[in-house]
Order: sequence, then structure tokens, then C-alpha cells
Amino acid sequence: MELRSHIPAGPLEAKWERHRSEIKLVNPANKLKRHILVVGSGLAGASAAASLAELGYQVSCFCFQDSARRAHSISAQGGINAAKNYQNDGDSVFRLFYDTIKGGDFRAREANVYRLADVSARIIDQCTAQGVPFAREYGGLLANRSFGGVQVSRTFYARGQTGQQLLLGAYQALSRQIGSGNVRMDPRAEMLDLVVIDGQARGIIVRDLVTGAVSAHAGDAVVLATGGYSNVYYLSTNAKGCNVTAIWRAYKRGAKFANPCFTQIHPTCIPQTGPHQSKLTLMSESLRNDGRIWVPKKKGDTRPPHQIPEEERDYYLERLYPSYGNLAPRDMASRRAKQVCDEGRGVGPGGGGGHGVYLDFRDAIARLGRRAIAERYGNLFEMYQRITGEDPFQVPMRIYPAPHYTMGGLWVDYNLMTTIDGLYAIGEANFSDHGANRLGASALMQGLADGYFILPYTIGDYLAQAKLAKVDPEHPAFRQVQGEVGERIRRLLAASGRKTADAFHREIGRVMWDKCGMSRNAAGLKEAMGQIGALRDEFWKDVYVGGRGEDLNQSLEHAGRVADFFEFAELMCHDALHREESCGCHFREEYQTPEGEAKRDDERFGYVAAWEFAGVGKEPVLHKEPLAFEAVHLAQRSYK
Amino acid sequence: MRVRLHVWRQPGPGLAGVFVRYDMTEVSPDMSFLEMLDVLNQQLLSRKDEPIAFDHDCREGICGACGMVINGRPHGPQRATTTCQLHMRSFPDGAELWIEPWRARAFPVIKDLVVDRGAFDRIIQAGGFITARTGSAPEANSLLVPKRDADLAMDAAACIGCGACVAACPNASAMLFVAAKVSHLGLLPQGQPERDTRVVGMVAQMDAEGFGACTNHGECMAACPKEISIDFIAQLNRDYWKTKLAPKPQAKEFTGAA
Repeated sequence: MELRSHIPAGPLEAKWERHRSEIKLVNPANKLKRHILVVGSGLAGASAAASLAELGYQVSCFCFQDSARRAHSISAQGGINAAKNYQNDGDSVFRLFYDTIKGGDFRAREANVYRLADVSARIIDQCTAQGVPFAREYGGLLANRSFGGVQVSRTFYARGQTGQQLLLGAYQALSRQIGSGNVRMDPRAEMLDLVVIDGQARGIIVRDLVTGAVSAHAGDAVVLATGGYSNVYYLSTNAKGCNVTAIWRAYKRGAKFANPCFTQIHPTCIPQTGPHQSKLTLMSESLRNDGRIWVPKKKGDTRPPHQIPEEERDYYLERLYPSYGNLAPRDMASRRAKQVCDEGRGVGPGGGGGHGVYLDFRDAIARLGRRAIAERYGNLFEMYQRITGEDPFQVPMRIYPAPHYTMGGLWVDYNLMTTIDGLYAIGEANFSDHGANRLGASALMQGLADGYFILPYTIGDYLAQAKLAKVDPEHPAFRQVQGEVGERIRRLLAASGRKTADAFHREIGRVMWDKCGMSRNAAGLKEAMGQIGALRDEFWKDVYVGGRGEDLNQSLEHAGRVADFFEFAELMCHDALHREESCGCHFREEYQTPEGEAKRDDERFGYVAAWEFAGVGKEPVLHKEPLAFEAVHLAQRSYK
Repeated sequence: MRVRLHVWRQPGPGLAGVFVRYDMTEVSPDMSFLEMLDVLNQQLLSRKDEPIAFDHDCREGICGACGMVINGRPHGPQRATTTCQLHMRSFPDGAELWIEPWRARAFPVIKDLVVDRGAFDRIIQAGGFITARTGSAPEANSLLVPKRDADLAMDAAACIGCGACVAACPNASAMLFVAAKVSHLGLLPQGQPERDTRVVGMVAQMDAEGFGACTNHGECMAACPKEISIDFIAQLNRDYWKTKLAPKPQAKEFTGAA
């Protein structure tokens, strides 16, 4: 089968405008009859559900959290990019587009990224109108800060809680629609499968997490806004509930999965403290604006940081990337941190050789004063102190990379539709905009661009033209999928082994972190695939879930998600093994430049890898979408 | 370190609950409170006992999902800290801890430490927003917001909707939660057109949900993990009574055909 990206013709700058003017509209009276199911209530899901309801569609929205306001977008700290050029520093739509394409190491689709940059400015307008309390200058205008991987100041922020404030804006817009009866909201409801009838996505199967009841929901289109899969590593900065289940189920029903091996390891997280750890905490990358990253020059140096003189410190990012310094892109900053720690120069408990590097504010405090630093990063410093018991005003922070964001996701065309008609994927759940590496403050931008300004138009084009037979949950296809979901739950509950789902999750996480994490090689990936297969068989034999299906059963919820991670992990390794090049976050040790940077192979791998499901444990089928670059020149990324 | 836990176990809504004792050994002071409960749950599962149900998600103090009353204090003893960010080093070795769900009529217990906070969502639906249809927004910098107003609005907007304020209040009042949203939006120029209807709508819903009245105990502010000030409650009262006592003139309702 051929992947049709449906990129409109015409010059890059005019594609979206032209497409918007040409796509079919749904008559307002007909919108009232169209029912759209939105799964997920983060930035992408909430903004889409609210905007679609405003247009007049019937919308049902589902989330597994107890309230739509708790989706994981809420944890984003740093900010949101937009090409407003308020700082007069030379920013433009083209520059934001170019930075994003280059930051993604030329593995994203040009037309999508340009559109993202194009609508970015309107997102700020929209959020401001909703009452998002963005940081302001004394004159009352909006303030900006700079962020990793770029040289202009284009990031809008609300203290260190930008994701929270943007999500509350979208949640409030959604709440308005719920209150006026245009959206039916189902919290504590987890999507467990997709129903496809005659090639069209027509509904989902959902488990009520309080009563355990499994129910079918029919509609005219399904939108997956279900986030990323970093929790395949067990330890990540994602919320505990984040999972791959919704998009994995869609993949098993025929949607293609694109670039699953593109996973981002964030450079500034609080290092792990012990084996009990169940989650890692991110410190906003904005800290790199004023913090300087260093390790001792000497291996195994156990002196406390203030006793290490200036000339014995290695500010390695400033040394390696003089023009970007501490603001080098995430993938590079992470890999270099791993490298200095692997050399035995890491810091933290255990003395020399620990898994951490210093992020030091001493110079910034001396230059700007304690007050200015507290104003910029106060809540982040407090959070760090609460977790570690150390005061960053006194001693440098210790940081280490952790899994954070997944660029891969369901393959979508220019309209954000997957390879199943009527099934859309938006936000982190799709693969479209970040290529092999995402720049800071771009995830919020993408989630809201998809939900507010792209999907509401493109979904209409489908609904206006699709021939949609009337279906309801009594349809045999719904009955069948619902039966399969019920059977799977029964199977999980019936397994009476000795190990918990959590224990299995830790094991697979370890395998993925070691073999398919910050750097990968062919031998390790093959080994990992063998281990995953063996662990998966063991899981179904030896897991113990306990409790009942018709009850609030968090162990059962977790077990179902872990079971899907087991299948998914294999696909991720498969993708990483097939991509015999290094690009962005995908670092294959066999393919690097003499300076240790990622070495792309545009000739052989200048494409999106979209995988088709062929059966559990069976080799997936590869489909390629070639990436054509018209506006940008492919170059090796240089941040020196 | 060792701790003795007494955890509220309740099999379902409206059923009787009871404190169950668990003795934990080898607790690391670097564990978060929820990691300690994770360890206990793994032990319970390996004994084929039912694990303790509790809400949690982000584990970095921002999603507002977690929350339990620890020795009588919502989110435990540490100031400005959610349960997930509380670490065991805050407790002495051998501590005895009583762990309960939020207790309020408007937050019925679902199971163990899990409660239903849907009332908060319904209060927001009753007016906790600014009506700004997607696509209709003016250029962001066309509206000037003094920095002090934006900062104060942000102080109020920092609410995570966890419900600790309700759990801490002797009257189980939701005034701090409602006041935070009313003030956040009311402090900004964008929020002015709906300022009156918002406060009236949200307060009416709060009362309908069965939350108690505010009698100025201030326990809410002490328990709030985001340290939201009760000054915002004063602001809410001003807005509310101004609207009630001196309503603005209303245009006549237009009905009938042109």
C-alpha cells in the first residue's frame, strides 16, 4: 500500500492557506448530526474537543484521569514557542520552521512543520484571550525567554507552569462546552480498543475505571489525543498513567506506526536515588539559560563542588559547542552528559562515577542577583530542594538525562488522518512535526496547533465527503471487539502467577533503557528483541493481577498497559535496528562522525518509516514515505 | 527507617471502612510518600492481598490527582507540598501514620483513598472560564496587562484542583478553590465582561454540590500545596456581594420575531 501524505500543491508558504480555502465544509445543520469521539483531554484533546463543539459537532471526550484538567500536558514547565518576533531579534515564521526542521535533524515533513510555525502566533492570541496569565513586561506587554537549540527569544511562559496554564485554558474552554451540553465528558474512562467498520473508524471500546464496566461508543470519526509512550522505559518524566494502549490498539487495527524509535531523552532531570524510584522528575530546560553545566576534569573526583577550582572544571557543552554552549539541543546535551558520566566523571552519591552532572547557578547569581534568579526559577528551585533536600542557591543542582517525549507515533497525513479513514491522531500521539528530535517549548505549540487550528478544519473535509452508514453499538463489529476486550481482561485476571505487573514493567524498562535508549547498536537491539519476547511470554504465564474486573482495580489497569508495552517495545527495537544511521535522538553507535555527532544517511534513510502490524511476534511490514525538502538545504546539524 | 501505617480501607462507595495496620521496614528516607505506598502495594500483591487504591499521576505536584490526609493534615506535614512530593525524610524513624481520604460530603469516597472530585469540574462548568471562541482572539499584545495584575492572577491560577482546601476546612467549604478561579479571571482585563455572571454561577454551583460555607478559619490556606492566599476569598466576597447588592442594569430580553 502507498502512503499518501496529501500535501497540497503550491509554494510552501501558501499550502495551508490554499488547502483551507479548498477543503470541503460541513453544512452547519449537518454538523449537529455528526458525532466525534475524542480520546484524551490534554492540550491537543481538550482544545480539539472544545473547538469542534464550538463549531456545532456532537462531541464525546474520554480521559483516564479523574478530571480532564489532570492530563499530562499539565506538567510542561518551560514555555511555548511562537513566531511573534516581539523581541525584534529577527524571528519569523520561516525561522521557526527552519529551527524546528533542523532541530529534528531533517526527519520531519516540511509542509507540516511550516504550517505549525505559521499558526503558532495565533495560539498565543487564543490563549491570551482565554485568560492564560503569561509573563508580562512592566509595560504590560508579553515577555519572552530563550530556549535550547535556537538563537532568538520566542518562548512565551507562565512562570515554570506554562503547560498547566495552557491546559487550564483549554480545559476551561472544554468545560464551557460541557456545561452547555455540547460535549459529553467521560473521565476515569480508558479506551481499550478501536472499532473499524468497512475501513472506517466508527467507535471505541472503553472501560469505566470505577465500575469496571466495558462499553461501546459509536461515532462518525475518532480522534486519538492520547500522548506519548516514554513509559515503555518504566522510569521516565511522564505521569504514571501515560501509556501506549490507545495508539497501539489502533495500530493493531490497521493504523501505521511511524518512527517509533524516535524517543527523546531530556537532559535536565533529577538523578535517580534508589531502586524504589517509580518516576523521574524533570527540571525545566529553561534552567539552561542561566545555569552552567560542568563536571570535574578528573575522573573519580569526590570533592564537593565548591572545593573544585575553576581550572579543574570542564564546562563541556561550552567547550564543544561554543556558539550555543549550554543551550545546545536536547539530544546533544543528553548524549554528552552520558558520555562524561561513562568516562567516570559523573557526580553525585557514590562519589566519582555517579550518574549526574552539575547545573551551576553560581555565576548567574553573582551577575543578576539572587532575586532575579528566584523570580525566574523560584518554583523550580523549591521543587528541586523538596526532592533532593539540597538548596540550589548554595550547591549546584545535579541533573541527568531521562526519557521524556516521543517524536514517533501514529502515521498521519497532512490532514492529521491516520491510514484508517476517519481515525485522526493529534499532539504527541502522532509523528508529524518533530522529526528525530523535538526542540524545547514546541510540544505545547504542536498540541494546541493540532487541536485549535488544524483538526477542526481537516476533519470537516472528511465528514463532508465520507459515506457513513448508520451504526450503533449493537452492530456485530462492536459486539465482537467488545467481546475481545472482555476476554483479554478475563485472561489477565485469570493469570495466577507470582510477579506483579509493576515488576515486569521495571524489567522491560531496564532492557529498553540499556539497549534502545540514549544510544543503540545492532547487537544490543537484537539482544533486546530476544529478551522482550521471552519476558512477554513470561508475563502472560507468571503475572499476578488480583482483584475483580467489575471494580476500581489499579493493578488491572497497569497490567493491561504493560502487556501493550511488551508488544510495542519489540516494534521500537525493530525500527531502531532497521534505521542504520544516526539522526537526532536516534544515535546508532556504528554511525557517528569523528567528533561523536550523529551521522545521517539521507541517501538511504531520508524517509519516514511507517510500520504495518502483521501479528504479535511477527515481523512488521515497512512502508516508506520519502521526505522531499524543497525549502531547506540538508546539512549536518552544527551548533558549534 | 521503619514506619507503622494505619490506612483507611473502604471497599466501595457507601460501604463501611476501617483502618488497617501495616508495618513497613526498610523504608528509605529518599522515597517519596507515594513510592513508600508503591512498595507496600507490591508487598500486598505478592501476598495476594488487595493493594491500596489511591489517585496519583504526575508525581511532580502539578496534576492535583494525589492527596490524602496524613495524621490529620491534608498532604501531610510539609508546607507547600503535595503528597507525591512529600519525602519520607520528613518523618522520624518509627513514625506512626494515619492515612485517610479527603473527608467531605461533596467528595464521596469511591474506594480506599480515592474520592470523587467531580464537583470541582461542575463548578468550573458553571462559569469558571472566559468565553473566547477558537479563532476569534485579537492580537495578544493589543491588550496590556500590568505586570502586578498578571503576577497576582498567576498566583491564583496556580491552583491544582486537588481538594486539600476542602479536606482541611471544618465546614468542608470549597471557597478557596472557587475564589482562586474567580480571582484569576477577574484580575485580568479579558475576564471583565463575564465577571458578574461568573462569580454568581460558580457560587451557586458550589452551594448545590453540598460544600459548606466559609467561616474564616484559614485552614485551607495552610493546607494548600500552592499556598493560595485567602485574600482571594475576600476578593470573591467583594465581587459576589457587589453583584448581588448592586446589580448592573440589564438590557431587556429580546424575544419574538423582528
